[in-house]
Amino acid sequence: MGRITLEGVAKRFGDVEVIPPLNLDIEDGEFVVFVGPSGCGKSTLLRLIAGLEDVSDGRILIDGQDATDESPAKRGLAMVFQSYALYPHMSVRKNIAFPMKMAKVPQDEQNRRIDAAAKALNLTDYLERRPGQLSGGQRQRVAIGRAIVREPSAFLFDEPLSNLDAALRVGMRLEISELHNRLETTMIYVTHDQVEAMTMADKIVVLHAGRIEQVGSPLELYLRPKNAFVAGFIGSPKMNLFSGETAAEYGAATIGVRPEHIGVSTEGGKWKGRVGVSEHLGSDTFLYVEDTGLAETITVRSDGEVRLRHGDTVWLTPNEDKIHKFDQSGDRID
Amino acid sequence: MATRQTASLARLMRAPAIILLLIWMLIPLGMTLYYSFLNYNLLNPANTSWAGWFNYQYFYTDPAFFEAIWNTIVLVMGVLLITVCGGIAIAMLIDKPIFGQGIVRILVISPFFVMPPVAALIWKNMIMHPSYGVFADIAKFFGASPVDWFATYPLLSIIIIVAWQWLPFATLILLTSLQSLDGEQMEAAEMDGAPAISRFIYLTLPHMARAITVVVLIQTIFLLGIYAEILVTTNGGPGYASTNLTFLIYRAARLNFDIGGAAAGGIIAVILANFVAIFLMRAVGKNLD
Repeated sequence: MGRITLEGVAKRFGDVEVIPPLNLDIEDGEFVVFVGPSGCGKSTLLRLIAGLEDVSDGRILIDGQDATDESPAKRGLAMVFQSYALYPHMSVRKNIAFPMKMAKVPQDEQNRRIDAAAKALNLTDYLERRPGQLSGGQRQRVAIGRAIVREPSAFLFDEPLSNLDAALRVGMRLEISELHNRLETTMIYVTHDQVEAMTMADKIVVLHAGRIEQVGSPLELYLRPKNAFVAGFIGSPKMNLFSGETAAEYGAATIGVRPEHIGVSTEGGKWKGRVGVSEHLGSDTFLYVEDTGLAETITVRSDGEVRLRHGDTVWLTPNEDKIHKFDQSGDRID
Repeated sequence: MATRQTASLARLMRAPAIILLLIWMLIPLGMTLYYSFLNYNLLNPANTSWAGWFNYQYFYTDPAFFEAIWNTIVLVMGVLLITVCGGIAIAMLIDKPIFGQGIVRILVISPFFVMPPVAALIWKNMIMHPSYGVFADIAKFFGASPVDWFATYPLLSIIIIVAWQWLPFATLILLTSLQSLDGEQMEAAEMDGAPAISRFIYLTLPHMARAITVVVLIQTIFLLGIYAEILVTTNGGPGYASTNLTFLIYRAARLNFDIGGAAAGGIIAVILANFVAIFLMRAVGKNLD
């Protein structure tokens, strides 16, 4: 079981309110991702759930039990840290065994769980090595192994992939998702990378300046962003946001069009511009169109066969059905 | 060094320093070795003659010799024990953010700036003195009779004084080591259910192993040669109760004017110090790689 409920949880450091009171429900077995720009309070929120920081207000319920004043060890949660936080003078085996040793799990049970975790994480050959002799990805797996053997009611991940290189990050992302499918345990995952959030989450919580901007499934956030911030944050490349006259045409203060919802033509269309940079990825082409008079650049995602180059004149036409409208305060208009 | 030219140039450039160091080391050692085989007494310098192994035999059969070696060991081990344990404790205390941290840290370091004879004099006359020392006042306050420290516990008194002087050094080295301990590791251990004592045993102590090794090695080098504190306070007494090897050699040379005997003692001390050094490097040196 791993149902976590936050009721009016707030955090203040002195006079500075990092997290204004917020409510959040995390169902058992869900993969929840906290995402937001740096400094939005997502790591602090995770540390509040872990018990590494004290809440200033409100209650944290784990499986219906009030855990607000429980010590981190008693909450039955396991955490994977950004720096992995492995114990450098212990072998991989001892690192993984440490939480069980502290919980006084019998030795043969310990060995059974270590072997199972090592097999699942491809660590069997490295059990006698020290963390210093491992690569980044292997260290990450040891940290996950140390979390698994505790059989926690929920896993907490604090930007676990940010110290890995791009290729490894994609691999580990898959491994963590597979792990979640296999264990079916609640996982809370903090990241600033919206691609990680979109690919892994059952439920995304978008945070901005400590406030929850929107909670929903990846597709919900993509299709119906609640406000301009979420619209700009979710999706890659970023949504194009226009204000002023263009927006007034649609009866809104701000409108947004995703790069994939803009058509490109060399003959004619709604907005005229000049190609600044074009990025040919093979599968797609990203065009950064300048001199449209609407915004500094407009990002357009087009198919890989488009052979436009720097300086070419193009006409852009937005897909009228896919335009998002926002009012003066940034909220969505339907 | 990349090429043969730069390698030989490097050897040439280092040579003066190495040669100077060798001269500085070998000439005194050679002279001491030479004197140790002579009958050479400053009261009768004209009558110097070859003595063979007599000086060594004399030193070895002196009952004070083994007492002095034992005292040296007790002194070194006692001070190491107090400074390492106390150093860890104080370092952990002042590592936490507290009010007036800067001043507290300076106060903790300050005993190191006091010269050994001065420190010993302060302890002798103002702290441990049986009639007007602070310890005597405390004893009287509680209705106990004051202890004459240097008469009753001469070696312990010296251990306390020397430990007081070296505690700042140990604290400083251990504090820097403590400050480099990763906070996330501590939090991970906390989440893993390790109570404070386990976190200390499994994380803090192994992390500080290298710093503790440095403290033990450096202090041992200096503690084998403790001399000023003994001279100022007990003068090695009562009897030989607080005489270490260094002080025994001083007695032979400056009180009995027996240069030959003192040189023999010096050579024995050098051999013992090397013995200790090899033993120490074997035992704790693996922490340094």
